[in-house]
Amino acid sequence: MKKAVRGLLIGVFWIAVWAGVSAAVGLKLLLPGPGDTVRALFALARTGSFWLTTLQTLLRVAAGYGLGVLTGLLLGSACARLAWLDALLSPVRTVIKATPVSSFIILVLLWISRTRVPVFIAFLMVTPIVWTGVQEALNAVDRDLKEMTEMYRFTAGKRLRYLYLPSIRPALTAACTTGLGFAWKSGIAAEVIARPEMAVGTRLYNAQIYLERADLFAWTLTVILLSMGLEALLKRLARRKGAAA
Amino acid sequence: MIRLDHVFAGYPGKKVLENLTLTLPDPGRTAVMAPSGYGKTTLLRLLAGLMQPESGRIEGMENRKIALLFQEDRLLPWLTAEKNVEIVSDPETAKKWLREMEIDDGSLYPHEMSGGMQRRTALARALAYGGDTLLLDEPFKGLDDALKERVAARIKNAAPLIVLSVHDAAEAALMDAQIVHLDP
Repeated sequence: MKKAVRGLLIGVFWIAVWAGVSAAVGLKLLLPGPGDTVRALFALARTGSFWLTTLQTLLRVAAGYGLGVLTGLLLGSACARLAWLDALLSPVRTVIKATPVSSFIILVLLWISRTRVPVFIAFLMVTPIVWTGVQEALNAVDRDLKEMTEMYRFTAGKRLRYLYLPSIRPALTAACTTGLGFAWKSGIAAEVIARPEMAVGTRLYNAQIYLERADLFAWTLTVILLSMGLEALLKRLARRKGAAA
Repeated sequence: MIRLDHVFAGYPGKKVLENLTLTLPDPGRTAVMAPSGYGKTTLLRLLAGLMQPESGRIEGMENRKIALLFQEDRLLPWLTAEKNVEIVSDPETAKKWLREMEIDDGSLYPHEMSGGMQRRTALARALAYGGDTLLLDEPFKGLDDALKERVAARIKNAAPLIVLSVHDAAEAALMDAQIVHLDP
């Protein structure tokens, strides 16, 4: 309860700061206040296209994220087991991590359809995060416990269920949570540049072009709220899985 | 008979067993005694097949179902006592050996147990595995004298071949085991 009240007070403080700065600037065109933003958000929420647009973006980001988690899991597991594969693939991972996301978006735009660019970019950003997390966690699995499972002749399935999955669960949860934030940011950035139809990123771009700053903030707020909601859901799911194990 | 013939074994940069020749009765119970660091654990790991001798031969350990109680308990921290034993056997056998080891509450996780309880859970796991060979590395670690006596009485006939490492002759006597000294 205390924590919730503290969180609420902190939220109120920062909204007040936003309102204060907006009032000080005095130009809604430069910085709309929280009231303008919420009004714009409600106005948008009354239209069907808002929900369709949000859903399309959500599906694109979710698809890229899901593919990224799956690929990261496979690559992390394979590279933890095969040193030669790790040596072969680690430069790819380094390049992906070091390259600005905008470079990838522009490059990929030449190869695949606008609609798929955000999916691919979210996938590309999530994969190395999960890959690294899983590989490091697998490399850190307790050797003594590994030897115990060999001594008692655990089957591969039993080893996976009782040793490897519980060992990597904290790192996998952390990687998935971090990856989710990256998927959102990179997916929306890809939409802003690729501008597919029915996309939050396209609406952000249009709001910027047509100087609809309140809409720009309202769409941004939508993205933030969705991202926070999904992160909370993911953490809850991970906790439940952890408790069930 | 289990025969170790001129066995040399150790770890990188450290020789532990040098030219060890030994015969162990099979079936039978043998207690290995030696000061710390003189190769009791290494001998048990060699017998379990977890290590290979650098030179020399070990005969008579082929085609066995071996249960090894490690020097450390090596319980899975995310599983309860009951589940830690069940994963190597079946629920009924697990319950039976936990009872024999006087673990009344099988729902505790390793971090909720005392050192002695963890040791007895690890022992229950080794016993529930149902091997024909029991290798026990300091099985009585952390147990008081009365408990040692009760536990020894329950495990000494649990497998045809038992080799254990002990710190003193009294522990070997509890198991009615023949003592073998590893000399420095």
